[in-house]
Amino acid sequence: MRTGERFNPAIEYFLKGRMLKAFTLPILAALDWPGIPLRPEPGSTIAEGVDKLHFFLTGITFIFTVIIFSTILYFAIKYRRREGNLQPAATKTIMALEITWTVIPAAICALIFVWSSSLYFENSRAPNASMEIFVVGKQWMWHLQHPEGPREINELHVPLGVPVKLTMTSEDVIHDFYVPAFRIKKDVLPGRYTSIWFQATQTGKFHFFCAQYCGMEHAGMIGWVYVMTPGDYEVWLAGGAKGESMTQAGARLFTQYGCDTCHKPDETGKGPSLNGIFGKPQKLKDGRTLDVDETFIRQAITNPNSMPLENYAPVMPTFQGQLNEEQILDLMAYVKSLGALERKAK
Amino acid sequence: MSTAAVAPPPDSRVNYLNANYGFRSWLLTTDHKRIALLYLMSITVMFFIGGAAATLMRLHLITPEGTLVQPATYNKLFTVHGIVMVFFFMIPSIPAVLGNFLVPMMIGAKDLAFPKLNLLSWYIYIVGAGFTLYAILAGGVDTGWTFYTPYSSTYANTQVIAAALGVFITGFSSILTGLNFVVTIHKMRAPGLTWFRMPLFLWAMYATSVIMVLGTPVVAITIVLVALERLLHVGIFDPKLGGDPILFQHLFWFYSHPAVYIMVLPGMGVVSEVIAAFSRKRIFGYSMVAFSSLAIAVISFLVWGHHMFVTGQSIYAGLIFSVLSFLVAIPSAIKVFNWTATLYKGSISYQAPMLYALGFIGLFTMGGLTGLFLASLATDVHLNGTYFIVAHFHYIMVGGTVMAYMAGIHFWWPKITGRLYPDGWARFAALLIFVGFNLTFFPQFMLGYLGMPRRYATYPAEFQVLNVMSSAGASILGIAYLIPLVYLIWSMRYGKIAGPNPWNATGLEWKTASPPITENFEETPVVTEEAYDYEHMPPMPSSAELAGEGDAHV
Repeated sequence: MRTGERFNPAIEYFLKGRMLKAFTLPILAALDWPGIPLRPEPGSTIAEGVDKLHFFLTGITFIFTVIIFSTILYFAIKYRRREGNLQPAATKTIMALEITWTVIPAAICALIFVWSSSLYFENSRAPNASMEIFVVGKQWMWHLQHPEGPREINELHVPLGVPVKLTMTSEDVIHDFYVPAFRIKKDVLPGRYTSIWFQATQTGKFHFFCAQYCGMEHAGMIGWVYVMTPGDYEVWLAGGAKGESMTQAGARLFTQYGCDTCHKPDETGKGPSLNGIFGKPQKLKDGRTLDVDETFIRQAITNPNSMPLENYAPVMPTFQGQLNEEQILDLMAYVKSLGALERKAK
Repeated sequence: MSTAAVAPPPDSRVNYLNANYGFRSWLLTTDHKRIALLYLMSITVMFFIGGAAATLMRLHLITPEGTLVQPATYNKLFTVHGIVMVFFFMIPSIPAVLGNFLVPMMIGAKDLAFPKLNLLSWYIYIVGAGFTLYAILAGGVDTGWTFYTPYSSTYANTQVIAAALGVFITGFSSILTGLNFVVTIHKMRAPGLTWFRMPLFLWAMYATSVIMVLGTPVVAITIVLVALERLLHVGIFDPKLGGDPILFQHLFWFYSHPAVYIMVLPGMGVVSEVIAAFSRKRIFGYSMVAFSSLAIAVISFLVWGHHMFVTGQSIYAGLIFSVLSFLVAIPSAIKVFNWTATLYKGSISYQAPMLYALGFIGLFTMGGLTGLFLASLATDVHLNGTYFIVAHFHYIMVGGTVMAYMAGIHFWWPKITGRLYPDGWARFAALLIFVGFNLTFFPQFMLGYLGMPRRYATYPAEFQVLNVMSSAGASILGIAYLIPLVYLIWSMRYGKIAGPNPWNATGLEWKTASPPITENFEETPVVTEEAYDYEHMPPMPSSAELAGEGDAHV
């Protein structure tokens, strides 16, 4: 999937070209006057792009509203009821006019669609070399976990200038992770994983919110992203990493719950070896072939009977209710690390 | 649209209001006009209940910590506001009140096709409203009007079932009303009233009815599924029971997005009538306006996924829903341009119905254009779930539909009651509503882009200034809505006698007495003209003529 691809080089030229810059730069400059702010601080690499589109749309809205309002006002005064203008002639429909005001809005909509969709494609794709953070939403707090070990509640420390990918799930109802300064938002769902990414462009602290109503203390489910220089971040990480890393915790759980009795590294167990399995396709008994991703692993742990593998007996018990979402994420980190080890060995 | 040999009967005659008296004559009536009045009273009560909830919310939000209530109560307030306003006011508003009153009169019929079904639909509405009011009194419900799962099906411990049952039941009232209108418009048009001679209000009612009949069963089924999961723990939506949490949103928005057009299309119909009458012109591009109603009805069923751009749905699905959402904007734009062009070379008067109708065009334009921000994938990611959404749909629903409903009530009030209301007060209220509305909701666009999420009982301090502005507007709006309540009730007893056609408007409903007789027409009218034949009508009376005429007008 080449999601970042543009639709058309000409449109790309237009969107990235000088014409647009000349148009949007003064607008963006004017928006940052210190009166009532019109936009949140642009804190990520995607913020400026979204702002440009937003204020372009604001411009379109403004222009059309002015056209409609002033036309109504002009007609309303000019053609008001008065002597000599009590019985106007009948309306004649002018087809050319109808076509004009169908085609112009359609063309504008097409332009906006192409612009916003290509921007969305670009913004949706996390760079390959992203640092990973795992997020678990629960009524009514956020747990944020760094692979190196530190676990945070309602706070997230990240380094400046490094792409960060958030892999998120919920312990209970639907939540939504929203950082206005980064212009990112994604629902956080129970039973599956969603992800977003950002790359911070300035240090400081920025609000994050739960943006999907989730019950009584929904409005309290907020926190701060702390963007630090990479050096400060390393210091913070070293100071915070008291316990085990996610991979270590996953390895411990892997033994504790007896996963290792069946999933042996050399394919001699009842289950498949997990070495290098992440990202690879697996054949199911029902004929489907699924890539092993986060959702696959989660389902294999919580509901293995729903997806029996070809060539293996369906003997794995469910671990639903025995493991919480953080523990499942630890196991996942461990399974992913098994893949990394094998790749290194090759 | 002229009729052959129908003399306006004198006003002293027996009419539908005084034909008989007593509770039985109202509660067992099958007269569409009386049923319309039953609906008018019921939805007015619901409007003020929903409005009271909104007033409390805006008062609460004056300070960041919240001034008035606990978060749990705040959550119940916005839920009550949403459920009551959407299902018990907006959806029945224009169809069940004005549609009920006018559809048979505009087509020259004695009643709807199924008068008893019509009465039944009101009783169903009342039972549904009863369940919802019970849910409020028995402790309230806190799921939001959208009932998102698995919160509603598993986690909420408020009166979800009673409230959902209320919505489920009242849905059947919409289905029956829609069915009744479709059959009536197909089968009972007066001789000569071809489809393209119909007033645009009928086109709008027809399109609305189709959506009601096709869409409402889906939300009914969805609510049953929520109840099954909540009561019997059948795994449908909660992943812990093996369900899919997003499935609910697909089903819910498959109805609830078209439901937006159930709420807006009738308003567009009203505005077409009012603009034509008060500018003395046939609506510019009549057939474009008619077909755009149908286009909206069809496309509205294909855009539900734009509510779900941030749920993690496939980005390709997002693209399809985005392009379809842009597509549904175009027929709406066409209507706005055509209404504006209708004014050109007209003879325009500014009584209250026209002020409301012009307010509709302006606010609907802003509501529609801000919809483009939400159809655009890249900006929707930032705006979804914020106050921007709240502002956008209030511009459509309140700035659009409620303004149109007020326009319609003021336009047809003389027909419904036989009396004129004081136009000065009515114009003052219209202006006050316009000002209060914009002050309430415009700051919310800005709050949304700054990142304030909706449904927050408390909020970070940096959002306070705009929230105070919004609350100030809401207090103006709250008072402004009470003024019409007073003068309209006053006018029923003390207003000037209106006469059959105070606006000199076209349309069959103006060719009979005000208030009409129970059978509507002395004899079935015959239509020989296109709609809006204002060229051959006497001019609109001036305000002075309207006010001074009074009893002299027979």
